[in-house]
Amino acid sequence: MSAIKRIVLDVLKPHHPNALELAQAIAVLAPDYHVSLKVTAVDEKTESAVVTVEGNAIDYEGVINAITAMGATVHSIDAVDVTGTDGPQV
Amino acid sequence: MMNWYRRIAFLLSITRTQGIARRYVVVNGFDGALTMLGLLMGFQAGGGIAPEIAFSACLGAALALAASGISSAYLSEAAERRKALRELEHAMVEQLQESAHTEAARIVPFLVALANGLSPLLVSVVIMVPLWLGVAGYALSQEPLVLAIGVAFISIFVLGAFLGRIGHVFWLWSGLRAVLIAILTSALILVLR
Repeated sequence: MSAIKRIVLDVLKPHHPNALELAQAIAVLAPDYHVSLKVTAVDEKTESAVVTVEGNAIDYEGVINAITAMGATVHSIDAVDVTGTDGPQV
Repeated sequence: MMNWYRRIAFLLSITRTQGIARRYVVVNGFDGALTMLGLLMGFQAGGGIAPEIAFSACLGAALALAASGISSAYLSEAAERRKALRELEHAMVEQLQESAHTEAARIVPFLVALANGLSPLLVSVVIMVPLWLGVAGYALSQEPLVLAIGVAFISIFVLGAFLGRIGHVFWLWSGLRAVLIAILTSALILVLR
């Protein structure tokens, strides 16, 4: 069993919702989530952003669903920190 | 979980339609008030009319304004939202079926249509209150028709003042400017009678 402690995502998002609203939509998923979002490029209708989520056990699917629900898409997972928890799973 | 009010505000926000809905409320509210004023001035200029007939005529016009406002705004806004969604999906190189944008494209046209249709209806209903009181047999200080014309002018002033607040213009000046339009409309009706 493993737990995701940190994940960095390359995200393409519309201008609206804005960066704050997207970060909040992810942060509200769990009380221990810490989300930072940096817009790296701005196009006519879209923005590229690097979203970093930190937490004790990040629900990857939940994060992706929250991002998708805000009209954004995940291009790639750029970095992860994962720890083992209860030993190897059989 | 967002409550419904915050959800609606969010959907209006991501589609940048708060301003459109607000503009529709004022513009069509003004339409409703001026239409009622026109009818009432016409009745008055024609020598007066029974409150029952005036009430029915005004109610018919108000309902027609509401139906027209709802249907026209829905058709145009639904087309606009679909176009905006297609353009966004093209820019994202992705279908956005599960996103708030698709939800907004479905719900926002209803909200804008309701704002567009209900505002003239509500303003008209307020203006019609004296007529309804007359029909119901309440003793009024003036003729119901005259009172309704007075309420129409007050409604127009309030809408104008509201418009002034939105545009950060002095509310009294904005309200008086709206009343001036109502006076000119009334004068035109009286002259062309």
